[in-house]
Amino acid sequence: MSANNLLTVSYSPHQYGSESVQLIMRRVLIALVPAFAVSLIFFGVGALVVTAIAVVSCMAFEYLIDRYFFKVKSTLWDCSAAVTGVLLAFNLPSNLPVWMIIMGSLVAIGVAKMSFGGLGKNPFNPALVGRVFLLISFPVQMTSWPKAIESRMAYLDATTGATPLAILKEGIKNGEPVSSLMNDLPGYGQMLIGNMGGSLGEISALALIIGGLYLIWKKVITWQIPVSVLATVALFTGILWMVDPSKYADPMFHLLTGGIILGAIFMATDMVTSPMTPVGQIIFGVGIGVITCLIRVFGAYPEGVSFSILIMNAFVPLIDKYVKTKRFGEEIKNG
Amino acid sequence: MKTFPKGGVHPSDHKQASGSSIEVLPLPKSVCIHLSQHLGAPAEVIVARGDMVRVGQLIAKSAGFVSANIHSPVSGIVQKIEPAPDVTGFKKPAIFIDVQGDDWMDSIDRSADIVKTTELSPEEIIVRINEMGIVGMGGATFPSHVKISVPKGKKAEILIINGVECEPFLTSDHRLMLERGEQMLVGVKILMKALQVDKAVIGIEKNKPDAIGHLTGLCSAYPGIRVEPLKVKYPQGGEKQLIKAITGREVPSGKLPIDVGAVVHNVGTAFAVYEAVIKNKPLIERIVTLTGKSVKRTANFQVRIGTPITDLIEAVGGIPEDTGKVINGGPMMGRALPLLNVPVTKGTSGIVLIPENEANRREPMNCIRCGRCSAACPMGLEPYYLMSLGEAKRWDDMEQAHVMDCMECGSCSYTCPSGRPLLDFIRLGKNSVNRIIRSRNK
Amino acid sequence: MNTVVITIISLSVIGVVSGFILYFVSQRFRVIEDPRIDEVEAVLPGANCGGCGYPGCRGFAENCVKAETLEYMFCPVGGNEGMMKVAEALGKAAVVQDPTVAVVRCSGSPDHRTRTARYDSAETCEIANSLYSGDTGCSFGCLGLGDCVKACAYDAMRMNQETNLPEVIDEKCISCGACVKACPKKIIELQKKNKKDRKIYISCVSHDKGAVAKKACSVVCIACGACVKACQFDAVTVENFLAHIDPAKCTLCRKCAAVCPTGSILEINFPPRKVKEVETTESDISAN
Repeated sequence: MSANNLLTVSYSPHQYGSESVQLIMRRVLIALVPAFAVSLIFFGVGALVVTAIAVVSCMAFEYLIDRYFFKVKSTLWDCSAAVTGVLLAFNLPSNLPVWMIIMGSLVAIGVAKMSFGGLGKNPFNPALVGRVFLLISFPVQMTSWPKAIESRMAYLDATTGATPLAILKEGIKNGEPVSSLMNDLPGYGQMLIGNMGGSLGEISALALIIGGLYLIWKKVITWQIPVSVLATVALFTGILWMVDPSKYADPMFHLLTGGIILGAIFMATDMVTSPMTPVGQIIFGVGIGVITCLIRVFGAYPEGVSFSILIMNAFVPLIDKYVKTKRFGEEIKNG
Repeated sequence: MKTFPKGGVHPSDHKQASGSSIEVLPLPKSVCIHLSQHLGAPAEVIVARGDMVRVGQLIAKSAGFVSANIHSPVSGIVQKIEPAPDVTGFKKPAIFIDVQGDDWMDSIDRSADIVKTTELSPEEIIVRINEMGIVGMGGATFPSHVKISVPKGKKAEILIINGVECEPFLTSDHRLMLERGEQMLVGVKILMKALQVDKAVIGIEKNKPDAIGHLTGLCSAYPGIRVEPLKVKYPQGGEKQLIKAITGREVPSGKLPIDVGAVVHNVGTAFAVYEAVIKNKPLIERIVTLTGKSVKRTANFQVRIGTPITDLIEAVGGIPEDTGKVINGGPMMGRALPLLNVPVTKGTSGIVLIPENEANRREPMNCIRCGRCSAACPMGLEPYYLMSLGEAKRWDDMEQAHVMDCMECGSCSYTCPSGRPLLDFIRLGKNSVNRIIRSRNK
Repeated sequence: MNTVVITIISLSVIGVVSGFILYFVSQRFRVIEDPRIDEVEAVLPGANCGGCGYPGCRGFAENCVKAETLEYMFCPVGGNEGMMKVAEALGKAAVVQDPTVAVVRCSGSPDHRTRTARYDSAETCEIANSLYSGDTGCSFGCLGLGDCVKACAYDAMRMNQETNLPEVIDEKCISCGACVKACPKKIIELQKKNKKDRKIYISCVSHDKGAVAKKACSVVCIACGACVKACQFDAVTVENFLAHIDPAKCTLCRKCAAVCPTGSILEINFPPRKVKEVETTESDISAN
């Protein structure tokens, strides 16, 4: 028996799985790389600046709040602040001024995450809270979207244009039929790759889906939420489109534009703010799909994913309370 | 390939000891036999200081229905009867015997030939199993005669033999099936006779193909017994999971396997039943795996009960320098020992030596509500919720949340990415709820 | 003018209707309570300090009515007189209590008690106690994980980082008994409060035989009986290898503490002994 070793006594189990919070967060970051690459291709300098500032300021705020406000050990090493930073950046236009990005990070980390007690205690998705805060506080800057490719070398003075969803909404308000509006918009092939206006992360459906498949393969997320969100959106818009194709765009358009794929794969699946059970996750996903469509089609905003996810986040404790997995040996009630 | 549908995890196998054939450990200088080697009431001592005892002699009597006899594993003189530390470090009553020679009781048949039939009736078999102090050898040490005494109103339909050995590192059941397979099958046949069933299924995990092949070959001579290979998933060896995988029936919450017509026994118990009924030999020795990543060699020892664990460790070349933790049992459900001066008991299936760099838990973080613990729980519980109830000491709510269904397999703590001590608080809850239930029933 | 009249009338009507609704609802959903609770609450001081360990005076009154005996019920503000009144109101036996204070009966710090294992599970004493006997050779001693400190709602306990033992802050302790209930090893006791906060107690709860206990810790009670012999008031007894001081008979003379060979009897808040006294004792012993 070696001299200085005391035997360690702990309760079983004495063997542990290899997953850790840091590993999960790293895998999310890896899954976001294709979307980041696309954003660099189409938005160039702006994309780099916005993403870098968002990530650095999120991490800085988390460190400062941990060390000097709560006076505890810093939890930066679990990479969750970095993920919040990247996801916040992916929800912003590439010409947003630096100080606005920093304000958004402060709200995302300080208000939406740390004030509830840090990782795991927040009821709302921090990146979305930051984004919605910026949208409501600075509506003009948050809805002026740089044009893809054209604005590559510029940051604050990039040429801007509207997103396909905004063009659609304006056009329908003015009474134009959908078919004529679609001619002015990029084709589906372009939308799939990402050659259109929009926030940094939402443009390329293809890049996001590749990231999503990676996450499902590595078992970081389960299929229930992305599939139920996208299927609900497709169904809802599909029914509307079949009823009146001149007033409503087809489901493919709705799926490829706006932040619905980014939201379905990366934002709604945030484990802290989504339900714990597969059935609960499907209910959550369906709710997000329905609310998104309602806002897009009948509401004032052209895009509704951020709001719908935040609204459904509020329902998650209720879902978790009433939707439980079936236990082993659960007796079927027969009176 | 069959398996249980809900939950489960896949820890690395670490079956490096599976190639070590059974070796008989030399007799120790003295043995320490605790009076509580089984679930239920501790046995009552019937020898006194200074008595001469022979191998197989009864030294402590069963103290009720749910209790077991204890027989001397060695011959020698009773040195003292006083409390000695057990695997928890708490001192429990024990009998110390100084070993002298190896003098067996005349009633025990020590020949090696395999006898395949018994003339005893089912009731006599149950009495013999009780007399010989047979308890569950999988580690639970439940008195076997209680399990095969089917209560009135219930009927046993199938006997299931647990050769799964899903715990990483342990290989004693594997070697038993390979080297003593024939005797074990006779034991199964005897158990079938005692239970009056005509079907027996031996469940073995796929990572033991040699055992599956060997026993399948032997089974052709035993009508009614078959081997069922099972997918490798922890905790396939849990009673309820095994019944579900093999028969598809779920044991209802709060009920016993007999309520779905199944009785489950470990392969080691079946072997002990063979020795008890055919050779009139009480339970005095068992196979213990000695393994670990840094041991000089692994071994599966045939050890007399009461042998100090230090003897086993010395026999593999001493304790490795970098040992940080010594586990009695397997790494998923076994107990970490606070001291090495403890004896082998009827339930000691293995000793695993863990190096220091793997002996520490991670620093626990906040629950990130990922739901992996819930997905991993084979009983369909919600460990994250039970832990937060446990921290808040809400015992009544824990009982409502079915904490008593928990089989303490450790899958939840194993899989938690935040390294939270889920099972610690669930156990705390189970103990507190037990106390409440007992005081309610008084 | 019209608007004012309409406003006044409509608000008055709303007020009256709401009043009626509230009255009917309060009658319909009235909770029938034991009338004795009100009687008991009336004789309590009404400070709502929580010193009794219950939520306010009403909570204490409810629990007094529910409890079988008044043994563990004590209101520190009302004191013995207050409890007499409560006992009268309920017709239960009055328990006269001397003021008490919590005392931790273990001195097994790391320099007295060597560590033999390293604990690595959830940091609560209750969980550690159900896992194993402790990280030292003494299976009765303090585990040092602080369940008592967490249980104390009055900041009267703190963990000494060097000795890894809990310490009671006498001024703040109101003797509610939360720490006694929290300790799984039953090391903490409520003992009679003497003048000037003086205490004499056996700081050990080990029932191991002397030789075994001494191997684990150097300040154990080895049940040698020297204290029994030294006490002239028959206050000390040894039972099951542990000495016990009867507070009813103890006069705080300190003779037992002076003769204890291991130092397990502690004398707290006494003036230092005069050197002459010690010499006399020694020469007494050597003379015999």
